Amino acid sequence: MSQPLSESSAVIIDYDAGNLRSVQRACAEVGLTAEISADPARVRDAERVIFPGVGAAGSAMRSITREGMDQALRDVIGAGVPVLGICLGLQISFDHSEEDDQETLGLLPGRVRRFRFDHPELKIPHMGWNEVRVVKPHPVLAGIEPGDEFYFVHGYYPEPADPELIYARTEYEFEFACAVGRDNYFATQFHPEKSGRVGLRLLAAFAEWDGTC
Amino acid sequence: MLSKRLIACLDVRDGNLAKSVKFVDTKDIGDPVEKAREYYLDGLDELVFYDITASSDKRNIMLDVVEAVAEQVFIPLSVGGGIRSVADATDLRLAGAEKINVNSAAVKRPELISECAEAVGAQNIVLSMDIQAVPVSADCPSGYEIVINGGRTPMGLDALAWALRGEALGAGELVVNSIDADGTRAGYELKLTRMIAEAVRIPVIASGGAGEPHHLTEALTEGKADAALVASMVHYGDYTCSGLKTYLHEQGVKMRMSW
Repeated sequence: MSQPLSESSAVIIDYDAGNLRSVQRACAEVGLTAEISADPARVRDAERVIFPGVGAAGSAMRSITREGMDQALRDVIGAGVPVLGICLGLQISFDHSEEDDQETLGLLPGRVRRFRFDHPELKIPHMGWNEVRVVKPHPVLAGIEPGDEFYFVHGYYPEPADPELIYARTEYEFEFACAVGRDNYFATQFHPEKSGRVGLRLLAAFAEWDGTC
Repeated sequence: MLSKRLIACLDVRDGNLAKSVKFVDTKDIGDPVEKAREYYLDGLDELVFYDITASSDKRNIMLDVVEAVAEQVFIPLSVGGGIRSVADATDLRLAGAEKINVNSAAVKRPELISECAEAVGAQNIVLSMDIQAVPVSADCPSGYEIVINGGRTPMGLDALAWALRGEALGAGELVVNSIDADGTRAGYELKLTRMIAEAVRIPVIASGGAGEPHHLTEALTEGKADAALVASMVHYGDYTCSGLKTYLHEQGVKMRMSW
């Protein structure tokens, strides 16, 4: 494996939204020591934060607000700590999700919509490998080359209110934003931890990112 | 555009890699962790481990195998074989499995699908179906029947009806495994694969019978499958994952070509 070892550390936010060990293992592979924690105080002290998630928006919002983890997340984003959202983490970062008709965290302006296709060949969820087309450079995406594909599993997609937030797009019947960010917060709809060496490159770049872009 | 997937299935018995021919007489062919790593580095899109361990006291070996693989293979990892409860599913998820395959136990007790979907997410539940062709009858109007217990017990349950029921119960994906084609290397059962792929809105994985690269092309075009599962083609070194993907790509099938 030729991934650079960065010797940095991160806290992975645990809010009962999916299995986080795959994220932790992939981080370890690129030299990012990641601790899984449900303790908002640990998150506030973190050098870097990963905000993953698999599941439904409604239950995720209930879990993340229960112990005040949502406030810890706002605090670290406000403090300039590099934060990486993944999948459901990205989705509940917007204002609203059609999934469970749920008001969400509002860390980024925009909404999350459900895929609706009449075309019988387009399966829902969007599951599998798809090309990520970088539309605006970002340090976390620096290692991504044209044609690189990432692993996706999702039935809903983000629709940012401000096109400036969009760093990469993916096509599934139409193009949607698959990587978004603002300042020290960056988030992907796809799963870098399940995306082979291309995904590990992204995590390695996050491990070295200083939170500016 | 979404790529089609190449999936390799590793049958694991007592912690060793085995391969079945027509579901009988398995023989050990190596270390599953080593094989998994090799395929991952060679561009495989997804891995399935199928536990064919007979004795229940050796079942925990599978958790160790999954754990060891998950530490060094960073593509989706799917595990099946002998999953009877939500606890089985969550144990495997904790060990590092992304997706859980349910099969015989779900036929006997269909609520297992919805219980597992609720516990680990519908998109992570794969309903694996072993299917054989039968004469069309009132019980099996599609002409295909579900078989369980590793191909030994016909259930008189219509395969198409079961696929639709599985989808309704919350399965996120279906494996269509033809018992008739399994191990023959004569090609996937395309009619069956297509019939099910056209009937459901969830992804379908074609399984059983792959022997030559053009069989994969057929499954992914004519058979309308979203993914093609291979085993002996790659296990014995006749073909490589990257070689198969390059071939499919050259045939015009959309595949992930950088890894």
